[in-house]
Amino acid sequence: MLKLKDISKTFNPGSPNAKLALDGLSLDVAPGEFVSIIGANGAGKSTLFGAIAGEFVPDAGRVIIDGADVTLEPQHRRAKNIGRLFQDPMRGSAPGMSIEENLALASGRGGWFGSVKATDREFFRERLSQLGMGLEDRLKHPVGLLSGGQRQALTLVMATLNPPKLLLLDEHTAALDPATADKVMELTDRTVREGSLTCLMITHNMQTALSFGSRTLMMDGGKIIFDTSGEERKQLTVPDLLDKFREAAGKALDSDRMLLTDD
Amino acid sequence: MEALMMLLRTTLELGLVNSLVVLALFLSYSMLNICDLSTDGCFTLGATVGAAVAIAGHPFLSIPAAMAAGMISGFVAAFLQTKMGINSLLAGIIVNTALYSVNIAAMGGSSLLNLNRTDTVFSRMKTALDGTFLAGGHKLIFGILFTGAVLVLLSLFLRTRLGLAIRATGDNTDMVKSSSIDPSFTTTVGLCLSGSITALSGCLLAQSQKSANIDMGSGIVTVALASLLIGRVLVKRGGIPLKALGAVAGAILFRLVYTVALRLNMPAFMLKAVSSVIVIIAISTPYLKEKFPMLKRRLAARRESRRTGKGGPDA
Repeated sequence: MLKLKDISKTFNPGSPNAKLALDGLSLDVAPGEFVSIIGANGAGKSTLFGAIAGEFVPDAGRVIIDGADVTLEPQHRRAKNIGRLFQDPMRGSAPGMSIEENLALASGRGGWFGSVKATDREFFRERLSQLGMGLEDRLKHPVGLLSGGQRQALTLVMATLNPPKLLLLDEHTAALDPATADKVMELTDRTVREGSLTCLMITHNMQTALSFGSRTLMMDGGKIIFDTSGEERKQLTVPDLLDKFREAAGKALDSDRMLLTDD
Repeated sequence: MEALMMLLRTTLELGLVNSLVVLALFLSYSMLNICDLSTDGCFTLGATVGAAVAIAGHPFLSIPAAMAAGMISGFVAAFLQTKMGINSLLAGIIVNTALYSVNIAAMGGSSLLNLNRTDTVFSRMKTALDGTFLAGGHKLIFGILFTGAVLVLLSLFLRTRLGLAIRATGDNTDMVKSSSIDPSFTTTVGLCLSGSITALSGCLLAQSQKSANIDMGSGIVTVALASLLIGRVLVKRGGIPLKALGAVAGAILFRLVYTVALRLNMPAFMLKAVSSVIVIIAISTPYLKEKFPMLKRRLAARRESRRTGKGGPDA
């Protein structure tokens, strides 16, 4: 479904702040795979998503989604095939518009001059009711009135309203309180499994990385240093993962935030 | 009584024509979150193009011609900010400056066009109404007709997917991109529409006052912004149609206050200063409200430190 070939990206090239964020990274993700990605700050995780989503054109390498080379396609055109959630729950929806209007825009139904019809509304209601948050009864409420968890859940619905070829989750539960984060993570897992979506998820929580999905990647210095799936992955524990990191990167994982999260 | 009615009618006529610019800003400023400073020039552009076409003998063509000119002006302003990397305020100012030349050119090198003897939609309507009970009401009828039409069409448009995309562009650009819509496209469509509405307003004003001149539009962006912000105070919540109606009401109220102030011997040249003050108050009030508690604490701390004879916390 997704194929990355030798992607490299240097930010601020030629300046004292030059940073090699992606270093000849290659990745092959099969349809229906749910990949969790971990790594210290600055390992290039979000940059990797940026390259896939088309925020920038990589200095070298190619991005192929479902067989089509999209390396030079602008972000908004790729978005047709990509659903994306960010850490900031405010980033995925327009606060001044109602829940219904946000969903209508995300659904892309009815052409430029179409407006929300009763059947659309029914569809939105049904999808929202699956969240179990009561949002289906608040279609006309402005999104700005929702809590962070509700907005992130809404963004998840918006991103998967038309099943995307690729779902990118960038620490999408990190800004939520633990209970809400669990709830959103559970919803995410269900949505991905029910839709058989191909999904890449960045997380700082090593346990989450191991408990959800079917494959786990570890990144460091713009490269994938560890890639595990299947039986091997099932046996892994968080301490194992830390050992693997030390082994592959030649240093200890130096992110306090990751080490301290052990639920 | 008669004089008062006359006064009210003039207020309403001018308020309605102005409310079109306010609706244009409702689209560009409130929805797209762009302060389009080419509004002044665009308003005059509508007036000069409309007047020139009417003088050339096409009274009915003058309105679509003015609107098309406004649309092109909006397109250029949008192009500069979406494709040429020019800051949106600067893009507006640049277009505004260029429009000065364009407007003089549209008036054939003069800075004034006289429409006294020209056949316009207004003069046609006036002749048509002569002798009926509506005699003399042509300006008011045009005002209601055009404002009503723009209000209804704009409200309907903002409910379509394209309209929603334009609203989202001002609200959260990231989200527009992730809905696979190009924000430069929505910005362009929005500014083209607001440009054409602004130009329509200029065209109608020129024909109703039977002259177009190069200074007609100067400062109109501030006047319209003042009206828009008054409208926001009038209609705090509600859907888009209600808010748009609030913008129109704001324009009429603004004109009413201005007329009363003139009656109370405020010199006419004060209009723009008053608009500026209204815009300053309306925009800065929420900001100052937010800052006020902190300011109060700071003052209290300073008083306290003076009373005890000691320095502040950092002394």
